[in-house]
Amino acid sequence: MTSLQTDACAAENPASDNDARTTSGHCSNETRATGKVVPLCAHRGDTASAADPTCSRKPSIAENQCVVRSNEWVNPEYKHLVLSAPDLALTARAGQFFHLACPPSNDEVPYLRRPMSIYRVAPDNQRIEFLYKVQGVGTRGLAQLNRGDTLDALGPLGKGFDLPATTGAAHVLLLARGVGLATMAPLAQEAISAGAHVTALLSARSPSLVMSADYLRDAGADIVIVTDDDQTSDVVQVEHLIRRLHASRPITFATTCGSNRLLSMLQRVAAELRIPGQIALEQHMGCAIGACYACVRPFRKSAGSDELTYRRVCWDGPVFDLQETTSW
Amino acid sequence: MVDLSVKLGSLTLANPVMPASGTFAEGTSRVFDLDCLGAIVTKTITQDVREGVPPPRVAEFRDATLFSIGIPSKGSDYYIEQTVPFYRRYTPPLVASISANTIEEFGTLAAKIAVPGVAAIEANVSCPNLKKDGRAFGMDPEATYHVVKAMKEACGLPVWAKMTPNAGNVVEVALAAEEAGADALVVSNAILAMAIDVETFRPRVANVMGGLTGAATRPIMLRIAYQCVQAVKIPVIGCGGIGTAADALEFLLAGCRAVQVGTANFVSPTAMPRLIHDLTVYCERHGVSKLSDLIGAVRMHEPIKLQQKAAL
Repeated sequence: MTSLQTDACAAENPASDNDARTTSGHCSNETRATGKVVPLCAHRGDTASAADPTCSRKPSIAENQCVVRSNEWVNPEYKHLVLSAPDLALTARAGQFFHLACPPSNDEVPYLRRPMSIYRVAPDNQRIEFLYKVQGVGTRGLAQLNRGDTLDALGPLGKGFDLPATTGAAHVLLLARGVGLATMAPLAQEAISAGAHVTALLSARSPSLVMSADYLRDAGADIVIVTDDDQTSDVVQVEHLIRRLHASRPITFATTCGSNRLLSMLQRVAAELRIPGQIALEQHMGCAIGACYACVRPFRKSAGSDELTYRRVCWDGPVFDLQETTSW
Repeated sequence: MVDLSVKLGSLTLANPVMPASGTFAEGTSRVFDLDCLGAIVTKTITQDVREGVPPPRVAEFRDATLFSIGIPSKGSDYYIEQTVPFYRRYTPPLVASISANTIEEFGTLAAKIAVPGVAAIEANVSCPNLKKDGRAFGMDPEATYHVVKAMKEACGLPVWAKMTPNAGNVVEVALAAEEAGADALVVSNAILAMAIDVETFRPRVANVMGGLTGAATRPIMLRIAYQCVQAVKIPVIGCGGIGTAADALEFLLAGCRAVQVGTANFVSPTAMPRLIHDLTVYCERHGVSKLSDLIGAVRMHEPIKLQQKAAL
């Protein structure tokens, strides 16, 4: 377990060289306009906290004040946001997300935060990255961020992918379409460093919208690309592909994100071939810390059960068991 | 050192800040130390296990949100076995919020959850998402009276009645709750509202109607809280659109003894510790040693005597 941010207060800790810092319950930022940070209270055990026994427990979720390093278009629909982030944010795992305080764009002001799954975590150079489709009030605001701007990223949040303990011949399938590509990318890194063979089956409308192929290839994954333009992406063909992959190297874990039709197919094929798996889901959220219950979706109480129950995408997920998930 | 403590009847809080029910959960403890708070108010529970209403459950406006959740509940057994022990690790008094279908069930549930570790019970008679057209016990003075009375007779704990702004006359409901023995009022729950997506023709929350909350509602909620303060002798806890120390101070100056922070917790989960800190900063700046001295300290404008001026 990576150690958590030991002290969140920038006023007490010299700012790290990337200027990113964590705002948590330990800090107050009343005079935000002047940049002065007033510590609310310090940790128990610190000399400063002797007089104030409250606010002692360390946060594992924080409002990370990240600094924009770059925010470039990668194609006509998607942008790639690279942030310098405090240590706590760098503990994010594949499938986890941050709840972003998106800036206003034009006269649109997003009141609530926007959940965004992590695209890449690079602890060595203090970076977290997001790949996002510019399509709503929140992402239009994100699209206007420039190098040097600050972005408040609450997190890391949610339950990420839970790869089974590696046996000798682990073969992890990543099946992603559209915006799901971004969510699956960090899983390839984690699976490969855990010793698994990874095949990433990437589906998109056109070849120009396949974004993370190089990233995945560099990470060591086998890449299969199917697109609508090439007429290779229909569900029947993708199913055949998966069956061929499984025949040549048995798939031990199947994951997916981004397509209802691919989900239904993968559930059927994985059930038949007895491959366990998980899916990453998205939903509109309120709090993202399990309090408001706005982001629920219906799930089977157990695989194969007809009995449904609502679960919170933010707190019980956003990664769920493949067979307990219902299509939408 | 500024004294932020406030008294709510038999309860003394270290400071007047607590979460509004339903905007706070165990997960909040991973963001900041809950010992900072004046009190902890948990999400409303029912006796039985409930799923709540279908999604979509939330819509967003410029400074407000429309929520329709419908009180999903893990039930009272889970609350006693899991929720209460979790919060007993923290020092602020724990306030349980309950809802039920009938007056009798309010009493039964209050008796059941009056366990060690629970300091008070909030009667959520005001959720707009349970019945057709957003109707609630809290819209009717007589129903509110009977709910509070049933709870008071069933348990020895302080009972707080959470008002609804959707009552025709909130003050009448407030007086009824007071007469029934309520120890405090929470003013108020969400404003019944709705919105339609003009692209899809569908209501923006599946339940059609929901509760409007957030900063934009604050002037309405402050007005109702002030009216209740004027009418009753029991403590009033302000709630509605509060996110900053200035917001909280408005309610305190209007006569509220404490405040609940709701939607602001979604915008920034550190809103409450920041608010508490900023209350101290405000008091220091104004030379106030006891925050409670500000309760009800609103000053009316001097009347302007137009006739006298005309005579001069």
